[in-house]
Amino acid sequence: MSKGNRTAYAVFLVLIALFPLLFGKSSYTTSVALFAGINALVALGLSVLMGYAGQISLGQAGFYGIGAYVSALLSARYGVPVLLSLPAAMAVAAAAAVVLAIPALRLKGHYLAVATLGFGEIIHVVLNEWGPGGPSGFGDIPPLGILGYTLTSASAWFYFVWGIVAIVMLFSFNLIHSRNGRALRAIHDSETASNAMGVDVSALKVKVFVLSAVYAALAGGLYAHYVTFISPGSFSLFYSVLVLMMVVVGGINNLWGAVGGSLFITVLPEALRQFQEFDILAYGLILTLSLLFFRKGFVPLLIEKIRFRALRKSPRTAPSPPLGAEGAEAMGKGGRPDARD
Amino acid sequence: MTVFLQFLFSGLTVGAVYALVGLGFNIIYNATSIINLAQGEFVVIGGLVMWFFTQSVQLPFLPSLLLTLLTAGLIALLMERLTIKPLKKTDLLLMIMITVAVSILLRGLLMFKFGKEPYVYDPFTAGEPLQIHGAILQQQTLWIFGITLLCIVLIYLFFSRTLLGKAMRACAVNPTAAKLVGINVERMIMISFVLSAAMGALAGIAITPVSLMEYDKGPMLAVKGFSAAIMGGLGRGRGSVLGGFIIGILESMTAGYLHSGLKDAVALVIMLAVLFFKPAGLFGSKAMLQLRKF
Repeated sequence: MSKGNRTAYAVFLVLIALFPLLFGKSSYTTSVALFAGINALVALGLSVLMGYAGQISLGQAGFYGIGAYVSALLSARYGVPVLLSLPAAMAVAAAAAVVLAIPALRLKGHYLAVATLGFGEIIHVVLNEWGPGGPSGFGDIPPLGILGYTLTSASAWFYFVWGIVAIVMLFSFNLIHSRNGRALRAIHDSETASNAMGVDVSALKVKVFVLSAVYAALAGGLYAHYVTFISPGSFSLFYSVLVLMMVVVGGINNLWGAVGGSLFITVLPEALRQFQEFDILAYGLILTLSLLFFRKGFVPLLIEKIRFRALRKSPRTAPSPPLGAEGAEAMGKGGRPDARD
Repeated sequence: MTVFLQFLFSGLTVGAVYALVGLGFNIIYNATSIINLAQGEFVVIGGLVMWFFTQSVQLPFLPSLLLTLLTAGLIALLMERLTIKPLKKTDLLLMIMITVAVSILLRGLLMFKFGKEPYVYDPFTAGEPLQIHGAILQQQTLWIFGITLLCIVLIYLFFSRTLLGKAMRACAVNPTAAKLVGINVERMIMISFVLSAAMGALAGIAITPVSLMEYDKGPMLAVKGFSAAIMGGLGRGRGSVLGGFIIGILESMTAGYLHSGLKDAVALVIMLAVLFFKPAGLFGSKAMLQLRKF
């Protein structure tokens, strides 16, 4: 991680720790915040897949659903402890991702988008038909317990979920700055060139796809054990699009963007509650407008603003905003992954 | 035999709609190499706006039809001018996302105006359904077939016989070259959006009396239309028509003989199979697939 990211990460940890102090102990705010954390996990996966590797997926809800259903079923029906059922669910999702990815990732652009969308919808149909309880879902899913301590209160869940988000973030930051991460960004720019440079493009693409599926499955499992009731409705195409939206609105080429975006998109319907059913309209408007006018997402914009302010405040220590990394970044290169710190 | 025929008829009916949606995809794809994932929403717009003009405003059939097509065309025009055109030279990922965004936006607007309940209006012509070997064939189904056939013929003639159609095809093959010979590429893209929206709306207008219409039917229709389009080989009009009918029939047979809840999975599985094993489609060639930009 760069220095800026390290500072941001520290602030992030402090914010998580202080959350109950900042927003009070109302279980409503806490549970909204923890849902944001669950969404952030899915969004982080999609951010790595889309923002860095340049592969679109409209089927994340499928993996999210697999995670939720497998973990819930194992623990509720077969008495598997949640700490084991969660990894099992992630493994199932990973296997499904491999099966889908090997043929699907040969496809590009629209084909890939629609293939993943089709996969997600198939999972949705399957859950509807063969999931326990069918379309109306099932309940009595055991909550998560660790070493005899059962997570019941919203605030315990909050810390647990955001703790996982923090770990996953750390992992993802390391990944995108590793050798593989650089290879991923190279794939985003040109697959042919990456191939020529000796990157095993297809293997790497499959790996990233699996990784994003595992993140989503983990989130799905957490969701199932927190709400203790699931139905196929939560795992439809709309959720896939919602996650896409979080990533886009927050900033597709920045992991902080995924977290910021999921906070924003999760809190939005709560804020719009008074307008009730018109949240779809609001979603559509926000997504369209941000794609048209804030293509980089709001988080990179904020970062730029903060940096700019810092530079202006100390004109002597930083004489000329250099045409280095930041200068080139400020020039903007369209949809390129340039907020790479 | 009776039961089989009955399933066949209902399969052909929905198949015709998928074929029209698939044709709509192809029109835009042929002019721009873009897949407009909001294509399904235009079918819904067709059904709901037609309901608005015939039932709510109580206009006669023909003016309602024209006004509905006009509305759909206008919305497509706005969509192209406001979202596709400003993005034109950016990357594909963005292009896909913006059509998804517009489809959510349209769905939101439709819900805002029409709410969540399903809508229906009378078939185009009143009268007894036909009986063929005991199976019932509704008159509206014949209308749907007729409209589909008419669209296929008109589209074929348009792209092969008119200067405008040929110009549009040229844009798809090579926009720069098209510009050099004096074709207004931007206008062709605009026309392709309007045309495909009108075609989608027409499908919606025709199908609503037999299958009801509600605000959130768009995505499924789009996926199935897209399945039809790639089954026939993306960009090949006649292929997508055949693809539409195949998917419609298989879907209806699955619902009838296996299980009704699985019918939506059929199109998806076929689509994935075609994408994975024969991405050029049943009628496209590998060489053509490689020529494509995306």
